[in-house]
Amino acid sequence: MSVSQTIVVDKPPPLARGWPRARIVGYALVGVWILFGLGIVAYLVYAWNPEFFARYAPAYLQGLGTTLSLVSISMVLGALFSLPVAYGRMSKNWILSGLAYCYVYFFRGTPLLVQTYLVYYGVGSFRPELETVGLWWFFREAFYCGVFAFSLNTAAYQAEILRGAIESVPRGQWEGAASLGLHKLQTLRKVVLPQAIIVALRPYGNELILMIKASAIVAIITVYDLMGNAKLAYAKSFDIQAYIWVAIVYLVMVEILRHGVEWIERRITVHLHR
Amino acid sequence: MPAQSIWTLLSWGPDGWSDDIASGVLVTIVLALATLPIGLTIGFFVAFAKQHEEPSLRLAANIYTTVFRGLPELVTLFLFFFGMPLLLQYLVRLFNPNATIDVNSFIAGMIVLSLIFSSYASEVFLSAFRAIPKGQYEGGYAIGLSKWQTMRLIILPQLIRIAFPGLENCWLSLLKDTSLVSVVNLAETLRQSGVAARVTKHAFLFYSVAALIFLALAILSSIATGHILRHLGRRAVR
Repeated sequence: MSVSQTIVVDKPPPLARGWPRARIVGYALVGVWILFGLGIVAYLVYAWNPEFFARYAPAYLQGLGTTLSLVSISMVLGALFSLPVAYGRMSKNWILSGLAYCYVYFFRGTPLLVQTYLVYYGVGSFRPELETVGLWWFFREAFYCGVFAFSLNTAAYQAEILRGAIESVPRGQWEGAASLGLHKLQTLRKVVLPQAIIVALRPYGNELILMIKASAIVAIITVYDLMGNAKLAYAKSFDIQAYIWVAIVYLVMVEILRHGVEWIERRITVHLHR
Repeated sequence: MPAQSIWTLLSWGPDGWSDDIASGVLVTIVLALATLPIGLTIGFFVAFAKQHEEPSLRLAANIYTTVFRGLPELVTLFLFFFGMPLLLQYLVRLFNPNATIDVNSFIAGMIVLSLIFSSYASEVFLSAFRAIPKGQYEGGYAIGLSKWQTMRLIILPQLIRIAFPGLENCWLSLLKDTSLVSVVNLAETLRQSGVAARVTKHAFLFYSVAALIFLALAILSSIATGHILRHLGRRAVR
């Protein structure tokens, strides 16, 4: 018995020729973007000021370092703190899960700027009490306050990512591992987490990107990160290129990260594609 | 001066700050509601362009989302707030050499929030577009509807239903992002609470109030969207 196997391939329809309306609009919009880009490049060339560079470029580099260390410290601390929160969210004990739910709801439901103010100005206003407890050195520094607020905030988001990823692994996987005689921790490490990481990678990447973008907020509480140095440079020189340069740096950072995450995702899902 | 009790501080009237903060809440809500239709419209058209067969349209839309999702909200805000008057002034001075331009912080905030909201909403709309089978368009054309009619009568109602949960998330982050406009002196919730905190030296109290207000707005919007979602679901069943 022979079955004729002609595979019908859906070819995409040929592109319309000539100048349909969509193409005119599309070319016009791309033209606008090109003009916009050229305008910015032209402005930067026209406003090129070696003095500005000599003065602020080192500060920008230092600010970049501050931004990166703020984000990486907060991400790591947040990841550590997200473990108990995610455990609480998945726990059957209603007190634990209620507490974890309230924590996550509060930190996801209020703006990060408010949380940062609450830590820096709010907690900082209890100076005598903090001095007696011996914690004033911590809440006096804007950078530490930023790290504190950002860690708490990202812990809430990361706990949700972790919970979603672990719950996305079917129950049968736990049961299968249990019937093979693996105990819970082994199951988590050898069976569940490798599958959960694939699900969690993209949200974790997005969270990292969001944190880098959100880190600009600490400039408002007088931390001299990338944005803080841009604010300072603008306040001193009234030169808008202070913000244009910083925008370019942020954009490049975010794009590198985004493509990096996509690359890792392609690498770890090789076994799923054929 | 005797220390005032926190209840006096939180009261309504000349001694308390509730009326000032309430006016700030009003500005927050108006700003978010004014941004919503603009952002939704731009977001829809950007998503429409992103799934169009014309490559140049796709390219233009992708540049849009890359830029406005890649820039920190604060940087976009400052660029517009300080950069737009310069640009407008430059353009206006070509015609009228001694004109000066000032940008209202409400308008600047509205523009920036629309740009950010629309670039996130476009991603939601795009995945909703992809969830609608091609047969829906073909069915529309088969019964003689024009492209625009198919979009309006067949695709859009389904699109909204699919995109709704994602748009709810975008709305919640829009609500939170309005607090950033306080940085350019718009008298919204956070700004007003900050003024109260500075004057009364009760920073923790007033920033907590601001946090609770944002939380309450989030809860209110989830109740409202729950109602809308149930309404949409009922229409789907009928």
